Amino acid sequence: MHHSIEIDNLSYSYPDGHAALRDISLRIAPGEKVALVGPNGAGKSTLMLHLNGILTGKGSVRVCGLEVEPKNFSRVRACIGLVFQSPDDQLFSPTVFDDVAFGPLYQGLGAEETKARVEAALSAVRMNEYAGRVSHHLSVGEKKRIAIATVLSMNPEALALDEPTAGLDPRARRALIHLLRDLPITMLVSTHDMALVKELFPRTLIMDEGRVVADGLTSEILENEELLNAHGLEKA
Amino acid sequence: MLYSPPPMHIPDGFLSVLVSLILWAISIGAIGYALRRVGKDLGERQVPLMGVLAAAIFAGQMLNFSVAGGTSGHLLGATLATILLGPWAAIIIMTTVVGIQALIFQDGGLLALGANIFNMAVVGVSVSYFAYTSIKKIIGEQKWGLLVNGFISAWLSILIASLAAALELAASGTSPANIAVPAMGGIHALIGIGEGLITVGALAFIYAARRDILQIGSTAQTGGAAIWMTGLGIALLLTIFSPLASAHPDGLEWVAEQKGFLDAAQAPLFEVIPDYVFPGVSNESLATILAGMVGALIVFGMAFGTAYARRSQKAS
Amino acid sequence: MHVHFLDPYRHSHSPIHQLDGRVKFVLAVAFILTCSLTPIAAWAVYILLFALILSVEILSTLGVGYVLKRASLALPFVLAALPVIFTTDGAALFTLPLGNWTLTASATGLEHFISIALKSWLSVQAAIVLAAATPFPELLQAMRSVKIPRLLVAMFGLTWRYLFVLVDEALRLIRARAARSGVSASNQKVKEGGGIIWRAHVAGGMAGNLFLRGFERSDRIYTAMLSRGYDGEVRLMPTHALNNGNKFILMTGIALLGTLLLFGILFWG
Repeated sequence: MHHSIEIDNLSYSYPDGHAALRDISLRIAPGEKVALVGPNGAGKSTLMLHLNGILTGKGSVRVCGLEVEPKNFSRVRACIGLVFQSPDDQLFSPTVFDDVAFGPLYQGLGAEETKARVEAALSAVRMNEYAGRVSHHLSVGEKKRIAIATVLSMNPEALALDEPTAGLDPRARRALIHLLRDLPITMLVSTHDMALVKELFPRTLIMDEGRVVADGLTSEILENEELLNAHGLEKA
Repeated sequence: MLYSPPPMHIPDGFLSVLVSLILWAISIGAIGYALRRVGKDLGERQVPLMGVLAAAIFAGQMLNFSVAGGTSGHLLGATLATILLGPWAAIIIMTTVVGIQALIFQDGGLLALGANIFNMAVVGVSVSYFAYTSIKKIIGEQKWGLLVNGFISAWLSILIASLAAALELAASGTSPANIAVPAMGGIHALIGIGEGLITVGALAFIYAARRDILQIGSTAQTGGAAIWMTGLGIALLLTIFSPLASAHPDGLEWVAEQKGFLDAAQAPLFEVIPDYVFPGVSNESLATILAGMVGALIVFGMAFGTAYARRSQKAS
Repeated sequence: MHVHFLDPYRHSHSPIHQLDGRVKFVLAVAFILTCSLTPIAAWAVYILLFALILSVEILSTLGVGYVLKRASLALPFVLAALPVIFTTDGAALFTLPLGNWTLTASATGLEHFISIALKSWLSVQAAIVLAAATPFPELLQAMRSVKIPRLLVAMFGLTWRYLFVLVDEALRLIRARAARSGVSASNQKVKEGGGIIWRAHVAGGMAGNLFLRGFERSDRIYTAMLSRGYDGEVRLMPTHALNNGNKFILMTGIALLGTLLLFGILFWG
């Protein structure tokens, strides 16, 4: 039995020399839902980009039991779905259908199977009616849901989401929280939304200055005001 | 609110089918070659990079500034794209921009699209590339050199592209060369100044913010020499040929006749019923009037018919 | 802020909207080709072509007024053809004294000019109906069906998608510029303040700004594409075959246009 995500002693510096990740180690078991919090610039997004080999640092990253290295990229990328903060960057195709079909097509699936995957993914985010729609006519909340469908269609074992509730109005945020709660899938979610963390994630990681500074039960971490204040976070 | 672009491109109806098809053929060849080359320069990033920058050029074309008397200067972008991404990517980007302008906004015709792509993407880009790389050799790459170079290249590419358009109109018999060439050239010598100034503004901004980006266009362009030669050739040909053509306005048609183009374009079909206008009517003007009346009746008939059919469909 | 106005597509369930995009694309091009090939002064054919496009406009429920209003967009270009009135040989109509020169208009020249204007006006109507009654994704399908390279089709798709995003950004820049220069935001041109060079410099700076944003966005899009398995090759869903109804309309349309063209060439060629 492998872990969904296993990271050992991962360090990464940007070409300009700025150290973004320092000696990170963590494990996430299948089915676990984990929140990743910390101030801007803590390295949360950089860590996410290491999960599927967009960035590669020193140390070891394993996803679904596969070492993240060029020969495994296509399997790794199908196994862990990355959803970025701005849905306008994630939805780059002319129609919603084309966007959700993109992943399956590059997995090498045929037309029929791709169609079935698109339908399943859109119904998982409750957006079946939107297949023929054009992305720029959608609301931010709708775009965010479609963005999640674009990786669900690849049948991933785990999802990594960057700021899923940013920029949403209360109703769209509530709908998205229900969606994330109901998806039976491993999740690592980077967020500033502490109410979301409290409601949805049993486990929380705190990152600051490229390090994981806390890893434990959300209920305990959110009670530790000293820890939260030290890393610029607020109790929900 | 409708997006109404300034008419920059030749609409349908102004070019003869022959001229349209010849320019389509040249443009298709150039695009095909550029498509093969561009992957070598930009790699896997090419599709998102070129796609988004084509959109940026499109958006940039909306940023006009008033000049005088209600006219405004605006960006066409061939030179900017060439300097930033190199000639091959610029050809693809300008093709996409001109294509979407025709297909979505009816700025420029569909049959005339081949000619408009030729003017903007082939002439505009190759002249930009020729001018930019030549001037760079002379005055170097420091900031003022880049800006002066950007201005001259942009101005020249607009002027030469407009001469190409003028000659295309003249060759189609739509606008006599002795009027089209000085008129188009004169207007675009002014429009080119706006293009040059905006290009300089954009280059200055990028130079200040991200100088590294300016390297992409100039590093290792495969086949750069070929497009440099093309640019030089087009610039020379058009600057020499345009005054010639406007001095002899019938020259182009004469060339066309000599080449047998006109014969080829006029199929021998109309010899079938010579001097015959309308079946059973020998008087020409009477036949024309008759044909007009029949036509008008058909127009109203069809219009009423379809409108009526729509209404009864809605009612049911 | 959102730029819906850029998209010329007008949704409806009219028969024209329901027609396959590929059929509309080919017929629109065929119509324009017919207009171009129709001989000068073949008035009856022009009228028939107008009847045809007018019927399509009525069927499309786009509103004839809407189409004709948009069709006037290309009108300024007829100026380029104006000189043919005076430079074509033929029976003199009237003379126009112009300083030292005298311009003589000929009947043939006038026919020539009106023909060019009509051809252009008819052609642009077909292009308008095509764009307004066909969602852009269907136009992309049509492009693929006429064998335009996939990379170029992908480019068109991406450009169209990000056009709206970047024009939104351009409008924000324009609004910010207007706010700073004290001119109302509805007026998109800066009328006051600074010389032409300064104004051009500001506009150019904004264009450069847009380009930089485009660069950075293309990086993020590339990352998103890579994350979903992109390998540099363009892959698209296979297109489905045309059904019989669409095939029939395609054939009928081409036959009709061919007949009109033949009619024109026979009697006016």
